[in-house]
Amino acid sequence: MNIVIIGNGIAGITAARYLRKLSEHSITVISGESEYFYSRPALMYVYMGHLKFEHIQPYENWFWKKNRINLIHDYALTVKHNEKKVLLQSGNVVGYDKLILATGSLSNKFGWNGQDLAGVQGLYSKQDLDLMEKNTVGIARGVVVGGGLIGIEVAEMLHSRNIPVTMLVRESSYWNNILPAEESAMINRHIRHQGIDLRLETELKEILPDEHGRSRSVITSKGDEISAQFVALTAGVHPNIDLAQRSEIPSNKGIIVNTHFETQVSDIYAIGDCAEITDTESGLTQIEQLWYTGEMHGEVLASVICGEKTEYNRGILFNSAKFFDIEYHSYGSVNLKTPGEKSLYWEHPDRRRSIRIVYNNQQVIGFNNLGVRYRHKICEQWIAEKKPVEYVLEHLSDANFDPEFFERFEPNIISLYNSKNNKPLILKNNRRRFGYKKFLSSVPSSL
Amino acid sequence: MNFIQIDIPQTSHSIDNSPVKKSGLALFSIGLLMVIVGAFGVFEHNTLFYSIATLGISTLGGILFILPSRKEGFPGIKNNGVFFRSASNRGAVAWITGVFLTGFYVVLYWFPEYLVHLIKITDPISFTITGKAANHWFLYGTLYTLSILVMGLKMIFKYLHSRYQIIRTLSVMFFQLVFAFLIPHILEAFNQPEYYFSYFWPLKTGVLFPNDIHWLLSKPGLLPQFMVFWGVVMSIIGVPILTYFFGKRWYCSFVCGCGGLAETVGDPYRQNSDKSLKAWKIERWMIHSVLVFITVTTGLLWANSYYQGEILGSLSQNFSRTYGFLIGAAFSGVVGVGFYPILGSRVWCRFGCPQAAILGLFQKYFSRFRITTNGSQCISCGNCSTYCEMGIDVRSYAQRGENIVRASCVGCGICSSVCPRGVLNLENGPVKNRVH
Repeated sequence: MNIVIIGNGIAGITAARYLRKLSEHSITVISGESEYFYSRPALMYVYMGHLKFEHIQPYENWFWKKNRINLIHDYALTVKHNEKKVLLQSGNVVGYDKLILATGSLSNKFGWNGQDLAGVQGLYSKQDLDLMEKNTVGIARGVVVGGGLIGIEVAEMLHSRNIPVTMLVRESSYWNNILPAEESAMINRHIRHQGIDLRLETELKEILPDEHGRSRSVITSKGDEISAQFVALTAGVHPNIDLAQRSEIPSNKGIIVNTHFETQVSDIYAIGDCAEITDTESGLTQIEQLWYTGEMHGEVLASVICGEKTEYNRGILFNSAKFFDIEYHSYGSVNLKTPGEKSLYWEHPDRRRSIRIVYNNQQVIGFNNLGVRYRHKICEQWIAEKKPVEYVLEHLSDANFDPEFFERFEPNIISLYNSKNNKPLILKNNRRRFGYKKFLSSVPSSL
Repeated sequence: MNFIQIDIPQTSHSIDNSPVKKSGLALFSIGLLMVIVGAFGVFEHNTLFYSIATLGISTLGGILFILPSRKEGFPGIKNNGVFFRSASNRGAVAWITGVFLTGFYVVLYWFPEYLVHLIKITDPISFTITGKAANHWFLYGTLYTLSILVMGLKMIFKYLHSRYQIIRTLSVMFFQLVFAFLIPHILEAFNQPEYYFSYFWPLKTGVLFPNDIHWLLSKPGLLPQFMVFWGVVMSIIGVPILTYFFGKRWYCSFVCGCGGLAETVGDPYRQNSDKSLKAWKIERWMIHSVLVFITVTTGLLWANSYYQGEILGSLSQNFSRTYGFLIGAAFSGVVGVGFYPILGSRVWCRFGCPQAAILGLFQKYFSRFRITTNGSQCISCGNCSTYCEMGIDVRSYAQRGENIVRASCVGCGICSSVCPRGVLNLENGPVKNRVH
């Protein structure tokens, strides 16, 4: 069988890798964006000089040939699904038996005045990165529009090159539709401590040009004008359905698929950011735009194509990110929006680390940590097994994933719970790190 | 609408312009200049002045240069611009540094007569500790130790957020200063053999060489006998046991002087190690060949000693001399340190060190140590692989959620430190199911 994948992001490449693991089918991956697969979330590190572009390519170049994954560096123009052919920009035509669309996302633009000026861009693709490199040469200030993960990444990128940054965030606190209030406040503080001009409850109104047609400044919803030779539009992304629309593959916000990632056209599938998954039973639809979900989609689809009727089920939610110097890990449900949900929140005196355990009816449902690493598998297992919160607290040491010698905060959490609820819980398995505990406490965590 | 340009705080966390940093650099340059001036014998009769003007001034300069980095933003990973800078990205500065270091080793090993004046910069220290004038090895030892101490400070400031890194760095600084510098020279002052308690066979071949053992045993007193006992017991029993419990890192990243230099002076160059599969193949051939070479040499020496030189004649001595030249000098010094800026900081440890080979075999087949991965949170960014000084493609394991058990891993923990998603952790645990 001849399988063609359009898009070499994490979803498309994971599908290709698992198809190769499971089968001897012919596999072709088409991408106009880059010759080889690279890690999209790592683009920022190339700009910051932590890595070179070659470093963010997870496989050496021989990998593809060795695994008989045929790569075509070209844009797909249209899919002729009645002829089972893909037309490419170069004029070449590729035939397929099964076609996988993994075309990813596009940056949101909300029709702002000046959104197409030079110096104004989103950050999603390799081309965006190259453009940003050019757009930020010699600028006096950059303005980042949007308070999500890409927004804070762009702010960090500019900051790494000592370019002053203003962040415009529509919400009253950074990413507070996902982060609980305290964590969100911590990130606000951290952003500001970096010297970044964070403006909450402020939206972009328009971008003004200079005499060369380049961004000169932005006007905010509060009426302020901020000088900006570079404007990053990072108010989210939307599924890239251009190819699907040109090819008459039914789409809504994203390309419509069922839980087997089948589109409404036979032998065509869609995965990753571009897919809008509809649960046929509940009728609920969702678009998942995470690295991790893209990976899961690819793996599930490979087994679907290889004959197993696997149903996609995202399982217990998890996500992670890094906000400047603060790591973020989240497992399960933590947004505290369902009535009855309670949480135990502990914050380190340095106000840059926190642990939150969320529970409902005394059963643990989520963990939200900043600056403290917890084990994914153990947290997930506790959530899946609906462990009582007191059991979790007593065994919390098992979840810690911080490096050796790091200060452990589980005793603080359990005593916080005990004092709030008048309980005598004792931490189990708290590995006494033999004699050097005293020595450790004499080593300050920041000299 | 308010169209006034409002006053916005300027972001500037750059410490590059710090006056302390600049004066440190100036002092360091003055120190270097004095070295050159003195190399012609100008300060022949005032070694204390020569010493302070060179070692003192450049050490102070180095510390001043490093000090401001303490306050660079919040504790966290500071790899901004690593691949933009000439010094850390194999640019002109890196090549100049590499040629300079390589040249220094060539002169040190094969033309020490050109160092006669330079040696004097360590005379005051040598007289204080041993009561004798310095020789070129004393000069080398002093520079080596000072480099580890000063660059160790830099390492600590760079990884202020990680106690693992701080403790590990303090450990290599301590072992270099005390066990690889002070104790051997103090022993010398007391007319005892100059012995390094922190080196074992086969890194320090003499520990198990018959001639060295016979020589030590011929000395009066208990101490030389203890030295023989310590060397033999540690090489044969101590190393495997400690490696079983903690992995190779207890030695390579906490004790060893070569490791100490790589982790401090070499840290700015760690990203230049080759991560390709090809490099891994070459590495395995080379390092195990060296191990075989030294084991055969040691065996031959003992056979020769047993038969009192009748059977093998001078062959075993030739073997030993060849090893000393090829591995001890050319590889560990000239290539191992001289090529830091080009090939990364652990070239010797990775491709040549027979001690690392043995520790690695134990680590791979008989140890509780592993690097664990945290669920499926890897984003394949490549920070771990790039900053692995041993050239391990850490990401290839992390993205599959597989634990990492590799012979070459020295347990420096940098992969865990630089991971932006907190995926990696160095752990000791039950041997069963170590990989998955």
